[in-house]
Amino acid sequence: MPTFSLVLIVCAIAAAGFLLGRHRALASAGGDARTLHSLPSYYGYHVGLSALIPALGVLVIWLLAQPALIESRVSSMIPAEAVPENASLSLVMSDVRRVAEGLELAVAEGALSNRDIRAFDSQTTDLRAILGDLGVALGADVRPEVLEAARSYRGSSKTGRLAMTVVVIGLALAGLGLAYRATHKDFRARNVVERVIMALSILAASLAILTTVGIVLSMLFETRNFFALHSWTDFFFGSTWAPNFRGDSELSILPLLWGTLYISFIALLVAVPVGLFAAIYLSEYAGPAVRAFAKPLLEILAGIPTIVYGLFALLTVGPLLVRFFGQGENGILGVEWMSGATSVLTAGVVMGIMLIPFVSSLSDDIINAVPQAMRDGSLGLGATQSETVRQVVLPAALPGIVGAILLAASRAIGETMIVVMGAGAIAKFSANPLESMTTITTRIVSQLTGDTDFASPETLVAFALGLTLFVLTLGLNVLALYIVRKYREQYD
Amino acid sequence: MTDISQSPTPMGGAAGQTKGGSLLTQNARTRKRNAAEMRFRGYGIAAIVVGLIMLLVLVTTIVSRGTGAFQQTFITLDVELLESKLDKKGNRDLDDIKKVTTFGYAPLIKGAMESTVDALGIETGLKSKELAGLLSKDAAAQLRAYVIENPDQIGQTVEFRFLAQSRVDGYLKGRVSRDSIENDKNISAGQLDLVDALVAAGVIEKTFNLDFIIGADASDQRPEAAGIGVSMMGSLFMMLVVLALALPIGVAASIYLEEFAPKNWLTDIIEVNISNLAAVPSIVFGILGLAVFINYMHLPMSAPLVGGLVLTLMTLPTIIISTRAALKAVPPSIRDAALGVGASKMQAVFHHVLPLAAPGILTGTIIGLAQALGETAPLLLIGMVGFIASNAPETIADGLLAPNSAMPAQIYEWAKRADPAFYERAWGGIIILLVFLVTMNTVAVILRRRFERRW
Repeated sequence: MPTFSLVLIVCAIAAAGFLLGRHRALASAGGDARTLHSLPSYYGYHVGLSALIPALGVLVIWLLAQPALIESRVSSMIPAEAVPENASLSLVMSDVRRVAEGLELAVAEGALSNRDIRAFDSQTTDLRAILGDLGVALGADVRPEVLEAARSYRGSSKTGRLAMTVVVIGLALAGLGLAYRATHKDFRARNVVERVIMALSILAASLAILTTVGIVLSMLFETRNFFALHSWTDFFFGSTWAPNFRGDSELSILPLLWGTLYISFIALLVAVPVGLFAAIYLSEYAGPAVRAFAKPLLEILAGIPTIVYGLFALLTVGPLLVRFFGQGENGILGVEWMSGATSVLTAGVVMGIMLIPFVSSLSDDIINAVPQAMRDGSLGLGATQSETVRQVVLPAALPGIVGAILLAASRAIGETMIVVMGAGAIAKFSANPLESMTTITTRIVSQLTGDTDFASPETLVAFALGLTLFVLTLGLNVLALYIVRKYREQYD
Repeated sequence: MTDISQSPTPMGGAAGQTKGGSLLTQNARTRKRNAAEMRFRGYGIAAIVVGLIMLLVLVTTIVSRGTGAFQQTFITLDVELLESKLDKKGNRDLDDIKKVTTFGYAPLIKGAMESTVDALGIETGLKSKELAGLLSKDAAAQLRAYVIENPDQIGQTVEFRFLAQSRVDGYLKGRVSRDSIENDKNISAGQLDLVDALVAAGVIEKTFNLDFIIGADASDQRPEAAGIGVSMMGSLFMMLVVLALALPIGVAASIYLEEFAPKNWLTDIIEVNISNLAAVPSIVFGILGLAVFINYMHLPMSAPLVGGLVLTLMTLPTIIISTRAALKAVPPSIRDAALGVGASKMQAVFHHVLPLAAPGILTGTIIGLAQALGETAPLLLIGMVGFIASNAPETIADGLLAPNSAMPAQIYEWAKRADPAFYERAWGGIIILLVFLVTMNTVAVILRRRFERRW
């Protein structure tokens, strides 16, 4: 039974439980709701939730645990000699899964029957051709061990699903029954329901922790696998990024880090002056009309999806820069400095545009938080408005502004689409902003898109890169928040 | 009295000038300071103008380059559905008709093109293959689908509206010119002359292109047939998943943190976590999705369900932060009043605070959804790029689990392709995406204006 309909059935049982519970509570009070301990609907919720929560909880845990359990059972069936050289167990296991899915599909489409599958012999039947007809492409002929494992995989997942259906529906009914029996006019239904809702909301709040733990663990785990296959000294201290899918790659983060930092630097070079001056003007000079007009318009820039900026970089800014700095004699400047549209400058400038509202709205908040008394004092001593801003307001707001710039930097380092489309793919150390360079995020995307093989260092390196990125941005964020918080304490 | 007579006269007077001059005539230092003031103010104005110009450039680029995608060039032809080609046995058996591949239909199109050109009396030295080359490669498939649908039409002459090939389309839109096709194998100057003649005759015309909005993506060879409709469905299903998960979880988490949580280390950790998650680069969520949902849980690659789950995790912090702000804005007197008439704490929150905070929560949710709708990077990692879904999903389960693309991923896919005809599609896709975003944000603003109460 598909999971979706199972969920629907459980929900239907819960809805029935609501009506039953409410009805029984009212009946036990002789139809007079005033003698009940709680409002009648609380009795309904109590029965409904008792049916719903244990059943759905078990369902989720089952769905999470079953693949891992079956995987470990089946993979112990594959003898070590069945794993071909230069491949790993996980590759064989993905074959097994593919064959098992293919068999399932074949049965569903009527091309094979269950008995056929049991009678299969990989020597006599050409399973690959049968599955190929159904659109399941297999890389090689099916070996007997793989077929055997696939059969067992399919068998156990089938039994597992059946058991899951029975257990989940059984639990829902049992929960309904127990809660229904407990329903009585003196039963404290409201207290129980409130406790359950409280527990659920604590669970929801801890999802944030779970996500962080999930991010860190999944990346740590794969990064450990990566360092088992590839030396960590090359990753951190090497100088070349040259993935090679035949093996023997040089995978060093340093050239990528250089590209990332260079592009982010150019982005900040654009965003910080423009954003900061815009914030100063809006908070210190502009009248309410200008402010109401310019601030939302600037903030539109922040709401535009990054894919739009990426396209803008690739198709508009890049070719424009090429017309200035490239094309030799035909170009506007008549120089041949730039060969393609993708370059550090392309990505940096466009990313800078994206960051303008980010810097300006954060700085605007911070400048507004500087007490008016400080401005009044300075103006009263005869300073002009710009002198007040430069010598009083900005120094007071400086820690906050530094925090804002750090946040913008973290955003720039983690930005993906603009650099994927505008920065290029060549990893190198170069100071020329008109050359194309590559970044950490671009490489993560290119190593993880398409067919990924989780046993090769070329794929796993993406997790090490991701972890580095995560640590880097997290560090910047924490530092920025620390600075901002420390600054706020001074005036509150 | 001597004091007054000895004090320097305000205007004129030699003594006054040595001290600093008239208040009405600025001295050098004042002029310098005022100039600095003007410069500073100028920088501020310049910064704002730069920002606004960037916005203007961005919007005009999108509009000017993308509107073309909403128009498409069509060629209207009368095609004689020859029985000798389509149904040799003459028994109208569908199985026999289906055996004729699109190659079998090509001669019909060539014939129709030739007879149309002849009937109009246009002199052209082009071969019949070059004539048919004006049409999209889709034309034969379109013809075949029609014949299979209506086998009784075989032997008659039917009027068809075929897509023109992308170079012809580009020529009419000004993207392709006689200079730019010198080395182009797909079209020749002679063919463009014919196009001019056919446009004059009304056979070729440019009309609104509904297929771009509701159609499916097409292969590299047929940019004229590509549409964004199916990936729009993918985005829709992802948003449904995000809404169904992120809204209840986000609201529950915010209620706990804002109304019930005791001040202890656990809540501290949760709060720090949420604010950090809001700043984690989106691609990291993609890595999480790939590792957990696809590699560990074996959910299908490219499925909108997985995309929705990843985007849910990404949007949750946004929704939690705005929901908490909305809850905080409800004055404590409401809670006190509810408690005072005997409500439990939870009843006070669910019956009174939550309804009052609902507009704010909704606004935050819509803004979070808009953010998720435009997000691309995590989708690249879970395989929602490079996949061409040819049909819109038919059932809800299909919509959630069958491989599909999403609007931003589709735009990225088009931007990567070599043929510039796809760039126009990409810009057009962006217009559609932005229309959605603007609508959502407008709804959010209206909600806030209309329903939010100021206490």
